[in-house]
Formats: sequence, structure tokens, C-alpha cells
Amino acid sequence: MNKSLLLILASFTAGAFAAPISFDFKDPKGVNTIQFKLDAPLEQIAGTTNGISGTVTFDPAAPEATAGTILVDAKSLTVPNKMMSEHIQGERWLDTAKNDKITFELAGLSDVKASGANYTATAKGKLTLKGVTKEISVPVKLSYLEGAFGQRINKPELKGDLLVVRGNFTVLRTDFGINPGNMEDKVSNEISLSLALAGGAPQS
Amino acid sequence: MASNASVRPDRAAVLRRALRVAAAATLVGAVGFWAAKGARVGWSQHQVPVPAVDEITGLDYVLYEDRFIPGVEWLAAAAGVAVLLFGASFLFRSNSSQHA
Repeated sequence: MNKSLLLILASFTAGAFAAPISFDFKDPKGVNTIQFKLDAPLEQIAGTTNGISGTVTFDPAAPEATAGTILVDAKSLTVPNKMMSEHIQGERWLDTAKNDKITFELAGLSDVKASGANYTATAKGKLTLKGVTKEISVPVKLSYLEGAFGQRINKPELKGDLLVVRGNFTVLRTDFGINPGNMEDKVSNEISLSLALAGGAPQS
Repeated sequence: MASNASVRPDRAAVLRRALRVAAAATLVGAVGFWAAKGARVGWSQHQVPVPAVDEITGLDYVLYEDRFIPGVEWLAAAAGVAVLLFGASFLFRSNSSQHA
């Protein structure tokens, strides 16, 4: 009886003091990707970036308080055509020589709906692109994979959790000064973005 | 480019034929290479995206293979070279009256 009481007390205490978990989004597997697409007459311009880093704190008991920063190395943006990649990095488009980081400062989640370890929500925060900062809201899906950290990197002996983030949204290039007013008949103003990110929280 | 005035008639004919054969070879070779590489109707690709899925997280991501796939602008450039070669062949006209 006493043992049961102690166990109940111990689990209650652990739950009450569970701290938010800090997830590192610099992926050791290099899988983390943001895909971007712009419509154009001949074919869609589609590329990726995998130079992603940053940390996000997440508490399964209070997902609304999720916050952190995701950083993207703008020079890692790639499309399959070499010349097009150079143009995207160039002064008229992203000007990565002067603006080498794209950042998203996540302030919190709203409209959170939980289904087991999966959550849908709206992520609110500030996106900084080509030196211009805008408040944006992004629909996201989160999956909290408890104990999956080691398994993912083929080291099951390592303990830790994973936070998987997926999301699709659009931004306007004119909002961020990306070649505004030019080539709008050839390259769409709308940039579609798809997030596929996994953050790891190893336990020592 | 040499003009027909400075080229003997037999040499002019040889050059004309050589340029036309080169033009045809360039065009046929370019179309064949473009078709063999997948007849891509978009822009050329210097690295080819290959979709992949991360097992544990189920995340979709893209790997790039370093290989060249010619697109329509490459085909247009090759066709342009063929047209230039064919056009240049007209600079070498036989004119027997000049050498009579």
C-alpha cells in the first residue's frame, strides 16, 4: 500500500515538474528540408534547402508554449539548374551575400489539437527573409516521438526524443523585397513552402 | 570566315559539304543525346533531385545526384549551332567563271 502511494506520488511529482524539452534542429542525418516552389511558364521552379539549424522547446503537456528559432542558411538553397541557383542567390533575388540567414522566430502555437502524440496547430512567429521581417501564421503538424532519437541515427542505446514538424504555406516575394515588380509574368509572386523537419533531444 | 573569292571551286565544294554534314551531325547528335537522356521538356538539370523518405520520422526529403540532363534550352542551343554551320556553308559557293 505504502509502495503504491509512493509510486503515485513519484509519478505525480514527475508530471508536475516535467520541463519543456529543447529540440536541436541541426539534423545529423541531413534530412531536414524546406522545399520551395514558384510557378513559371516552362515549368515550376522547385528547389530545396537543407542548411537548417536552431532549437525549439516543446512540452507535450503544454504544446501552446512551444517556442524557438529555426535558422536557414540561405546559401544552401538549391535548384537542379546551376544557372538558376546562381540567379536565386544573386542580388536581385535573395542577395545571400548580404542576407545569408533566413530565420523564423516561433512565438507559440494556437488552435492546438492533439491526437495521441500528434498535434495540429497554427504556428505564429516572425519570418525574416532578405532582411525583411513579417509576422506570419503557419499551419503545422507536430509529432512527438518519445524515445526515438537513438533509433533514428542507428544508435538505439542513445536515449532521447524527436519532434517532427511538417507544414505547407505560402509567402509573397513582393512582401520580402525579392525582385519586386520584376518578372511577375514569368515567375509567380507566390512562393510555396513545405517544411519537413525533425529535431532531436538526446538525453545524457 | 573565308569567302568564295579566295577558295578554289573544288575546295569550296568540300568545305560546303563538310559544314553541311557537320550541321546535320550536330542536329542529329543533339536530338539523340537529348532523347537518350530522357527528352526533358523543362530546363536543363545539373543535379537531379531524387525523392527519399526518412524511415523513423516518415519525412519526405530530396537527395541530389550529380548528373546532367539536357533541357530544351540546351537543345535550342545545339540546333542554333547546327543552323550556323548550315548557314556558313553558303559562304563557299563554287563559281567556275571566276577561275575560267
